[in-house]
Amino acid sequence: MIPPEFDYAAPGTVSEALALLAEHGDEAKVLAGGQSLLPVLRMRLNAPGIVIDISRIEEIKGITESGDAVRIGAGATYQDVLDSALVSEHLGLLHKALTEVADAQIRHRGTVCGALVHADPAGDVGAPVLALDARMVIQGPDGERTVDASDFFVDLFETAVGEDELLTAVEIPKHTGWGAHYEKFVRVSHQWAIIGIAAAVRVEGGTIAEAKVGLTNMGSTPLRATSVEQALVGKEATEDAVAEACAQVGEGTDPPSDLNGQADYRKHVAGVLTRRAVVAAAGG
Amino acid sequence: MTEPMRGTSILGTEVRRVEDPDLLRGRGDFVGDVDLADPTVLHAAFVRSPVPHALVRGIGTGAASDAPGVVAVLTAAELGSDPVPPFAQINDRIGRTALATDRVRFVGEPVALVVATSRAAAVDAGDLVDVDYEELDAVIDLEEALGPDAPRQFPELGSNLALAVKDPEGEPDVLAGAHHVARLRMENNRMATSPIEGHGILVRPTPLAPASGEAGEVTGLDVTLGTQHPHLAKRLLVRWTGLPADDVRVRAPHVGGAFGGKAGIVPEHAAVVRASCRLGRPVRWVETRSESMLSMSSRGQVQYAELGVDQEGRITGMRARLVGDCGAYAGFGGSFASGSTRTMSEGAYRIPRLRYDAVSVLTNTAPTGAFRGAGRPEAAAMVERLVDHAARESGLTPEEFRRRNYVPADAFPHETKFGARYDTGDYAGTLEVALERAGVEGLRAEQRRRREQGASWQLGIGIASYVEVTGFGGSEYAGIRVARDGSLTVMAGTSAHGQGHATAFSMLVADQLGLPMERVTYVQSDTAQVRTGGGTGGARSLQLGGSAVLGAAVELRERATRVAADLLEVAEADIELVDGTFSVRGVPGAAVDWDDVARYAHDESDGLQVDHDFSQDGSTFPFGTHVSVVEVDVETGAVRLLRHVAVDDCGVVVNPLLVRGQQQGGCVQGISQALWEEFRYDEWGNPVTASFADYTLPSTGDLVQLETTSTTTPTDRNPLGAKGIGEAATVGSTPAVQNAVVDAVAHLGVRHVDIPCTPERVLTAIREAQRGEHHPWREPPAVFDDLPDLDAVDDVEV
Ligand SMILES: Cc1cc2nc3c(=O)[nH]c(=O)nc-3n(C[C@H](O)[C@H](O)[C@H](O)COP(=O)(O)OP(=O)(O)OC[C@H]3O[C@@H](n4cnc5c(N)ncnc54)[C@H](O)[C@@H]3O)c2cc1C
Repeated sequence: MIPPEFDYAAPGTVSEALALLAEHGDEAKVLAGGQSLLPVLRMRLNAPGIVIDISRIEEIKGITESGDAVRIGAGATYQDVLDSALVSEHLGLLHKALTEVADAQIRHRGTVCGALVHADPAGDVGAPVLALDARMVIQGPDGERTVDASDFFVDLFETAVGEDELLTAVEIPKHTGWGAHYEKFVRVSHQWAIIGIAAAVRVEGGTIAEAKVGLTNMGSTPLRATSVEQALVGKEATEDAVAEACAQVGEGTDPPSDLNGQADYRKHVAGVLTRRAVVAAAGG
Repeated sequence: MTEPMRGTSILGTEVRRVEDPDLLRGRGDFVGDVDLADPTVLHAAFVRSPVPHALVRGIGTGAASDAPGVVAVLTAAELGSDPVPPFAQINDRIGRTALATDRVRFVGEPVALVVATSRAAAVDAGDLVDVDYEELDAVIDLEEALGPDAPRQFPELGSNLALAVKDPEGEPDVLAGAHHVARLRMENNRMATSPIEGHGILVRPTPLAPASGEAGEVTGLDVTLGTQHPHLAKRLLVRWTGLPADDVRVRAPHVGGAFGGKAGIVPEHAAVVRASCRLGRPVRWVETRSESMLSMSSRGQVQYAELGVDQEGRITGMRARLVGDCGAYAGFGGSFASGSTRTMSEGAYRIPRLRYDAVSVLTNTAPTGAFRGAGRPEAAAMVERLVDHAARESGLTPEEFRRRNYVPADAFPHETKFGARYDTGDYAGTLEVALERAGVEGLRAEQRRRREQGASWQLGIGIASYVEVTGFGGSEYAGIRVARDGSLTVMAGTSAHGQGHATAFSMLVADQLGLPMERVTYVQSDTAQVRTGGGTGGARSLQLGGSAVLGAAVELRERATRVAADLLEVAEADIELVDGTFSVRGVPGAAVDWDDVARYAHDESDGLQVDHDFSQDGSTFPFGTHVSVVEVDVETGAVRLLRHVAVDDCGVVVNPLLVRGQQQGGCVQGISQALWEEFRYDEWGNPVTASFADYTLPSTGDLVQLETTSTTTPTDRNPLGAKGIGEAATVGSTPAVQNAVVDAVAHLGVRHVDIPCTPERVLTAIREAQRGEHHPWREPPAVFDDLPDLDAVDDVEV
C-alpha cells in the first residue's frame, strides 16, 4: 500500500526535533527505525502531516555506561544493542529478549526506544525493561524528566511520552552476574509474541536470592509478576521447587483473547513458561 | 515412439535451471516492471468493500473524480453488469460482474475503479469514493450457512447451496456388516494462496485515444498478464470484449508464483480491460499484498467420514458427507467437494462400497479458488486421517492397516467408483521405502521411552500414503523453429510460473538432437507466438507439454535426418545423428553437422520447423508415502516439526533438481496447512488474518531439512512415462503431519485434532480427553437427510 502524502523533516539535534514537534502538534509523527510507523502509514491507519525523522540525531546515538546503569540512546537499533559488550555483560535479560525480536532486517532498523514508545503489548522489549527497573529519559519543551518503567506504560500503544516529547534514552540498572532467560511463545519463528516471559534471577548457592519477572502480552501493557518474584525468593533453583510459585503467574492478569489463544489458555501457558524461563535463567 | 538415445543422455540428470540467473539477479520482468518508464500508462486502484454483506445504495464519485491526477472513477454503471466469463462456473445462476452492482458479498469485493496518472494518485482518490452501504447479516460458518434462516447472498436461489452431488446409487448401508466403524468430523482449513507476486495486468488498446478528445472504438488489445493460462485468458477476454480473436494478444512475463490463484482471469482483470477500452489508453493494475490476502484463497471443507472395517482390519465400506466452501459467488473452489475431492475419495485403497454426498455452500467470504492440489489435498487429508484413525481403533499399526488395504501393485489399471482410472502404482513400495528412511522402529522406541518418562515433549510419528490425479487428459501443443544459423526456438502451450519448463523442455530437445542446451531458446506464454496452449495447472505441464515437445523434437530429428541424407546423397536409413553431427554409418569422414543442415534447409526450402500436438488419454496418478515426525508439548500444546520424509513417485524424472524443488515447496505448503496457516474471518465476516503479521506463513526458520526421495513407477499414458509432481507433495504432507500430532498425544486419549494443529487446539484436545469429553465425531448437518441433486460440475474450460 502507499501511504498518504506527508512532509518530511530530518533534524540534526534534539532541540530542533522538539521545536518541530511543538510547531506541528498532533500533525507530527516521530520516525525512528520505522518498523512500526511505516506499516501504520502504509495501511493508512494514520495520516500525519509531517514525519520527523530522528535517526540522524547524533547526540542520542550510542550505548554508554552511566553509573550503575547502561544507557541506551534513542538512536540505538536492536542490533546496536545486541552488539554491545556492555549489554551482554550487564543486561543479559535484555540481550536474550532482543535476539527474539522479529528478524535480522528489522533488528537492523528498529530501535529499542521506538519500540518502547510504540508500546505494543506483544512487543518483546517492554517486559525485560520493566523487569529490570529501567528509567526512561524523556525530553520535552520543559526540559528533561525521568520516568520509572513502572509508570511508563499507560495502556495499549500509550506511554508517558507526550505528543511534544521525545524518549531520548532508556537507562537500565546493571544486573551483572544475574542469570536470564526470555521465553517467547510463538507459532512461527518471526511472529509477535503470543506470550513472552522475561526472567532474571540471582542465584546464591543453588537458591534463588532475587528474581525479576516481566510478562509480554498478558495485558494491555507489559506486566511485572511481583508475587511470583517474591514467592521465588529462597526457593531452590530446580524445576520442582519453582513450579508452584510460577503456576499462578496468570492470576490477576487480563490477557487478550485472539487468533492465537483465548485468555484462559494464555494464563495456563504463562504458568508453564514462567517455570521454564526461571529454571533456564537459573542455569537449569 | 522414442528411439533409445545415442551418446550420453542428459535426461534424468540435475541440469541447473536456465531461468535462475535472470531471476536471482533481479532481471526477470514481471507485470509491474514492464514498460515502467512509459508515461502514457495509467494506473488503476480498486475501491473494495469494507463490509461482508450489504446492499449498495449509491456510490459518490465526485470528490474522487476531482482529485489531482484522476482520469476516471468507474463503477458497474460504467463497466457493465454482465457477468465476467469465468475460469470455471459451478452454478449457471451465480454469475459475478467485474465490479459489484447492487450488493457486496465479501470484504474486499471491488466496487469501484479509479484510474489516474500515478499509482499514488489512484490510491489517494480511492479513499474519496463514497459508497453508501446498507449492511446485511452475513454468514461465515459453512454449516450455519446451510441453516434455513441463514442470510442469503442470492435471495433468488432460496438457499446458500450452490452445488450438490448425491451418490448416484444412494446405497444407504455401505457400513452395514462392518466389525467396526471409525468416524471423524474433520475440517480442512481455508488457505491464503500467497504467491510472492500478486495479480497484475497491463492493457494496451489500439487505437489509442487522441491526445485530446474522446476515445474511439477500440479494435485491438495487447495484454500483459500474470496468469497460468494465457490462451484461456485470451479466450475469456475475447468473449468479454467482443473483439475478434486475432486482435487480442495475451502474454505472461515472468509470473511470481500462482499456486492456482492465477487461473485464467479474475474479475479485476476484466474491470481493468474495460476501463482501458473505454479510455482508449494503456492501464496497469498491480495488486497489493493486502488485496491479495482479501481475495485469493482456497480449500475450506468440513468432512464427515466413516470407515467400516472387518475383524482383520480390512476396509468394508466408506461413507463421506462433505460441505465445501464456495466463499461468495461460486467459483472453481466451490467445485472441489463435488469434483476432485470426490474423484479421489478412495485414496490408495480398495474400498468395496462407497457412498459419497457433498454440498457446496455460499458464505460471505472471499470466493475460493484453486490452491496447489485443488480438492485432491482435501481428499487425501480426509482419507489418510480416517485410515489412521481406523488403524488405531483396529489395534493395528498405521502401516500394517495400510498394507492390508492398498490397491495392490498388480491390480493396475484400477478404476474407482467415480471413474478415476488409476494408471500405475506401487503404494506398498513407497511405504516401505519411507518407513525405512524414517527409521520408524527406532522412532517408536523413542516414543515409548518418552511416554514412560512422562516427558513434556512427546514424540509423534505420522504416516500418509496418498494418490492424486494430474494431467487431466486433453492435449498440448509444441513447436520448434530452426533458424538459419542452427539455433532453435522451442515453444509450448504450457505456461511456467516458477516450475522450470524452459530448463526441462530445452533438455528434451537438446537431448533428442544431441545439441548443447545453450542453442535452445524457449518461448511460452504469448498467444501471438504460440499457436495454442492449455497453460499450467493440475501438474499437467511435463506430461502434456513435455510430451508434445518430445514429439516435436523426434519429428524434427527425422526431418533433419532427411535433409542430411539429401545433402550427403545417401539413404536416410544410413544417417546417424550423434552429438549434433549427421554421419554416414560405416563411412568415416562422410558427415555434416547440424548447422550445415539448418543452412541447407533454409537455402533449399523454407527451413526446418515442426508443430506437434500431443494428446493424453486420461490422467496420471502420482502417489507416495510421507512420514512426519513431530514433538508435542503436552503442557502447552505446542508442536515442533522434527523431520519430514517424503517418498514421491511421479514416474520417470527428467530433471531431479526440478522434481526436488517441487517436492520441497509442496511439502512446505502442506506442512504449513497442517501446523500454521489458516485464513480466518471473525463471526461477522471481517478477515482477521489479512496481513502476514497475522497470517502465520512459515519461514525457513520454522522448517527442517526435508528428506525427499523418489521411486519410479512409469505411466504408460505418455511417451515420457512422467506423472505430475507439482502438487503431489502438498497432497501427501498435510495428513502425515496431522497424523503425527495425533500420534504424539494418542496415549492421552486424543483421537483427532483439526488442522492447523494450533497449540491451543492440541491442548484443548488433551484436556477434553482427560475429562472424557473428546468427541471426534458428531452427526452431519440435516441437509444430507434430504439432499437436492443440483447440477454436476461444469468442466473447467482449459
Ligand atoms: C515484520 C515485523 C515483525 C516484527 N516482529 C516483532 C517482534 O517479534 N517483536 C517485537 O518486539 N517487535 C516486532 N516488530 C516491531 C518492531 O520491533 C518495533 O515496533 C519497532 O522496531 C519500533 O521501533 P522503530 O525504531 O522502528 O520505531 P518507529 O516505527 O519509527 O516508531 C514507532 C512509534 O514510536 C514513535 N517513536 C519512535 N521513537 C520515538 C522516540 N524516541 N520518542 C518518541 N516517539 C518515538 C513513533 O512516532 C511511532 O509512533 C516487528 C515489526 C515488523 C515490521
